[in-house]
Amino acid sequence: MALATRTGRRPSTTRTLWDSTVGKKSVMAVSGAIMLGYLVAHMFGNLKIFFGPGDFNGYAHWLRGMGAPLLHHEWALWMVRVVLIAAVIAHGVSAYQLSRRDIKARPVKYAHKRRRASYATRTMRWGGIILALFIVWHLLDLTTLTVNERAWAGHPYENVLATFSTWYGNTIYIVAMVAVGLHVRHGFWSAAQTLGAGNARRDRTLKFLANALALVLFAGFVSVPVAVMTGVVS
Amino acid sequence: MKLTLRVWRQHNADAPGAMASYEVDGISQDMSFLEMLDTLNEDLILRGEDPVAFDHDCREGICGACSLVINGDAHGPERTTTCQLHMRSFADGDTIDVEPWRASAFPVVKDLVVDRSAFDRIIQAGGYITAPTGAAPEAHATPVPKPAADHAFEHAECIGCGACVAACPNGSAMLFTSAKINHLNVLPQGSPERESRVLDMVATMDDEGFGGCTLTGECATACPKGIPLPSIAAMNKEWLRALRKG
Amino acid sequence: MSEYANYTTGEPISDTKAPEGPIAERWDRRRFEAKLVNPANRRKHTVIVVGTGLAGGAAGATLAEQGYHVVQFCYSDSPRRAHSIAAQGGINAAKNYRNDGDSVHRLFYDTVKGGDFRARESNVHRLAQISVEIIDQCVAQGVPFAREYGGLLDTRSFGGVQVSRTFYARGQTGQQLLLGAYQALSRQIAAGNVEMHARTEMLDLITVDGVARGIVARDLITGSIETHYADAVVLASGGYGNVFYLSTNAMNSNATAIWRAHRRGAHFANPCFTQIHPTCIPRTGDHQSKLTLMSESLRNDGRIWVPKAKGDTRPAAEIPEAERDYYLERIYPSFGNLVPRDIASRAAKNVCDEGRGVGPGGQGVYLDFADAIRRMGRDQVAEKYGNLFEMYERITAENPYEVPMRIYPAVHYTMGGLWVDYDLQTTVPGLFAIGEANFSDHGANRLGASALMQGLGDGYFVLPSTINDYLARHPHQDSVDDDHPEAAAAIRETRDCLAKLLAVDGDRTPDSFHREIGELMWEYCGMARTDAGLRKALARIPEIREEFWRRIKVPGSGAEFNQSLEKANRIVDYLELAELMCLDALHRAESCGGHFREESQTPDGEAARRDEEFGYAAAWEYQGTGAAPVLHKEDLVFEYVHPTQRSYA
Repeated sequence: MALATRTGRRPSTTRTLWDSTVGKKSVMAVSGAIMLGYLVAHMFGNLKIFFGPGDFNGYAHWLRGMGAPLLHHEWALWMVRVVLIAAVIAHGVSAYQLSRRDIKARPVKYAHKRRRASYATRTMRWGGIILALFIVWHLLDLTTLTVNERAWAGHPYENVLATFSTWYGNTIYIVAMVAVGLHVRHGFWSAAQTLGAGNARRDRTLKFLANALALVLFAGFVSVPVAVMTGVVS
Repeated sequence: MKLTLRVWRQHNADAPGAMASYEVDGISQDMSFLEMLDTLNEDLILRGEDPVAFDHDCREGICGACSLVINGDAHGPERTTTCQLHMRSFADGDTIDVEPWRASAFPVVKDLVVDRSAFDRIIQAGGYITAPTGAAPEAHATPVPKPAADHAFEHAECIGCGACVAACPNGSAMLFTSAKINHLNVLPQGSPERESRVLDMVATMDDEGFGGCTLTGECATACPKGIPLPSIAAMNKEWLRALRKG
Repeated sequence: MSEYANYTTGEPISDTKAPEGPIAERWDRRRFEAKLVNPANRRKHTVIVVGTGLAGGAAGATLAEQGYHVVQFCYSDSPRRAHSIAAQGGINAAKNYRNDGDSVHRLFYDTVKGGDFRARESNVHRLAQISVEIIDQCVAQGVPFAREYGGLLDTRSFGGVQVSRTFYARGQTGQQLLLGAYQALSRQIAAGNVEMHARTEMLDLITVDGVARGIVARDLITGSIETHYADAVVLASGGYGNVFYLSTNAMNSNATAIWRAHRRGAHFANPCFTQIHPTCIPRTGDHQSKLTLMSESLRNDGRIWVPKAKGDTRPAAEIPEAERDYYLERIYPSFGNLVPRDIASRAAKNVCDEGRGVGPGGQGVYLDFADAIRRMGRDQVAEKYGNLFEMYERITAENPYEVPMRIYPAVHYTMGGLWVDYDLQTTVPGLFAIGEANFSDHGANRLGASALMQGLGDGYFVLPSTINDYLARHPHQDSVDDDHPEAAAAIRETRDCLAKLLAVDGDRTPDSFHREIGELMWEYCGMARTDAGLRKALARIPEIREEFWRRIKVPGSGAEFNQSLEKANRIVDYLELAELMCLDALHRAESCGGHFREESQTPDGEAARRDEEFGYAAAWEYQGTGAAPVLHKEDLVFEYVHPTQRSYA
């Protein structure tokens, strides 16, 4: 006798992707990977500050003219921004929805408290929130210059120096970069698992890569405020 | 040994619960944890109190019925099932906290007993190979390479106890689900239903109210049968592959 | 002398379903002669299946695949937890993949001989034929059997045979086979063809005019008493080894379903045929709640010995080779450590009785892997037995790679059960019993790796074929409901029994009674039985029963999740079943297989069968609690395997 164990039609691929915890995690993984790629580029750009205001401001200027003459002024930059904004929103919304779901799935805590998984894993959520707040501040500070002490349009070198000349600027930035390091450390490995790239053989390599990336990003980014504070860059 | 037990008591699914303290004396190192609870229950019955309800059956670590969180660890301090945990893992005078599996997909039935039927529904969604009785080809018609057979076996060892869910801070059933996916999807016999299996099982897992995976690895640490954490990555890969293939 | 022992002998009973003719053709002929139910009509038939182990799970799935509406029950929270899951060693099949001279006929021969000529030839032959299909079926389901590097299935040899026909999945064959059946069942549950009631225990059989029409069951969570009606009822509720309190059975395995069916008219056959498994972990103290089996496969490479001298308390390592007695190899040179279970168990008991046992209380013998580790290397031994060694170490805190294991026999399997004909139908029309719940295929002793074969054979292949015939011949049964006098009586009796248990409010726990009856049974109806001992037990059981009803204490109420009530209710049945087991053992004044009567042994201490007088299966008819039952004999005819005194020397 024939059996119809599966009745109804399967929903669309996008629907399945977005509705599933596994799918949503892969959205987080891909958007995370996009942001990670951006961060690496961003970090290399930042390091230009060690070559003086001319180099750094020139690089900033070039960013706006990227893609010329094919693309109009700032078009390429806006394309990058749109992709990044989409990634941030996808990442954030997925994270929010998944977290709510996770909390709902374990409403009662154990009476017996015990050690939990590694620090980075545990801080993914808080780290994510810290980073989201940081991005807002960072944009207000160095993109829109709303909160920048110097706020000299077209002169990022001077603006960066101004930010890192304040105690709170340094504190906010360094705390955020710690969060970046921890977030990348677990996030990179986790994304690899989510996208199915992880297996027992590759695990050590992936963990090494995750640690290396986290460390390089942290060191690269933090070198700027440190350099300003110590007077290497002035 | 003399011990203090703090046990979760809850009369039924709707009643409020609380931890209650009991003293047990004359506990031998050779007793299993459940035999220690038997001793407590014998006492409680004679004192006219309600004995502690807990699930247990084979008491040899294979049926997956026993399900206690002991001092915050699913199945206690050793990597085994509760029934195979022996009192030699504890010291005289210890205070031991005993709680049920905690997850909204596993509601408490009474005391330490929870309802794990969500696991059955995940299997019903596709955790099988369609092979009606009588339709099977000769067993040697399809050789299975030993590595594939071993991989399948390693994951087929899952006893469905739910320790993975209990240990997971998100109450996620990814390790359980991935164990079955890894078992069946690696076998040639399982390949015709490879895509629908993973899509349907994951969808059911989500519908049952289990949380998502944040890869904390708590599940694999708690698993008494050693289902490895990379099983989850392998299932994710299967799922994405199935999604691509439509 | 108790009244109970004055049983009377009634009409002989015989199987009327197995066709005549050459044994190899009987199963085909039976299937051809059986009436079929039109596929379109099958969904109008409801079949109740009690139990979800290998037999029940396989039967439920297969009946549903055929189109029947199946209503299935298990006491656990999930059908996947049935105790079949704990079987370790393997499953036999006459595939002859090794080209070592195996065949259907040899498996048939070995099983009849291993069962000490107390099984029905036609049933056993059918089992041997089906064994081949079982492996095909399980492989198709994705059961991850052990394989060789070429990708083909691996086999090993098991106790009592000289061919390598046992398929296995490391030490968890039962688990893997059960999960295969569970998954097939799950598929049918999802399809709506099986209505699964987990945490629901059958407490009575409902018969109408002598025909099985339903069951009374208790929802273990709410405590509510429910009835379910059907066109046929299949019992797949396993064996009754837990009557001994300490056994390798799961804690909740019980005899209630079969015993209450027995009370409703199903004859109980050969209840005294219990299997004592030779390789279990010895008990450690009074707190012991169950015993753990170590797979018999360990005997393939482990060597069993005790010190030659009595009371030798030196650690094993300090006992030189010359002072060790490898008694199985000495007494049975050609089979050595691989003799059948009953022989290995009794030999262990004998050396321990002589005072040569090892470990606490002298209740143990060594199972030594030192030679195997030397020969094969530690890794190879770990590959084969790793998980068993781990389990042993977890329980005993001793490392078997370094110190020999200590083992002792324990109750493991019950060959007896409800009497069934070739169609697996009991003496109650419409009531079928499959797997360990029936008495059919293993005679007086079951060979290793045959329980899984029989459970799956009954469930996948035999019952789904034979039940058709019954359903086709009873197509339009009147509907029954709770108002029917016989149904109402069953419901009332079930409620009364539970209420009575709760009302006593005495001063002894259910476990204390269970332990008491268990110890009595182990003492007098265990590995060696005597006329005097059995009579003593028969005198004692009614006293325990009387005390039970006076002193039992069951806390709580019936309208809730109440594990003490479940337990006490099962003990009610053990207290009657134990009596029947002792009577059966008393009346069978011969030794055969797992039943060893000290009065009946050969000069060298082996079991002496008395075929002339006892060449029958004993089917007992219930007459009431404590009332002498009626014995119906089924004469066993051996046309193909001629009874000889078993020799494994």
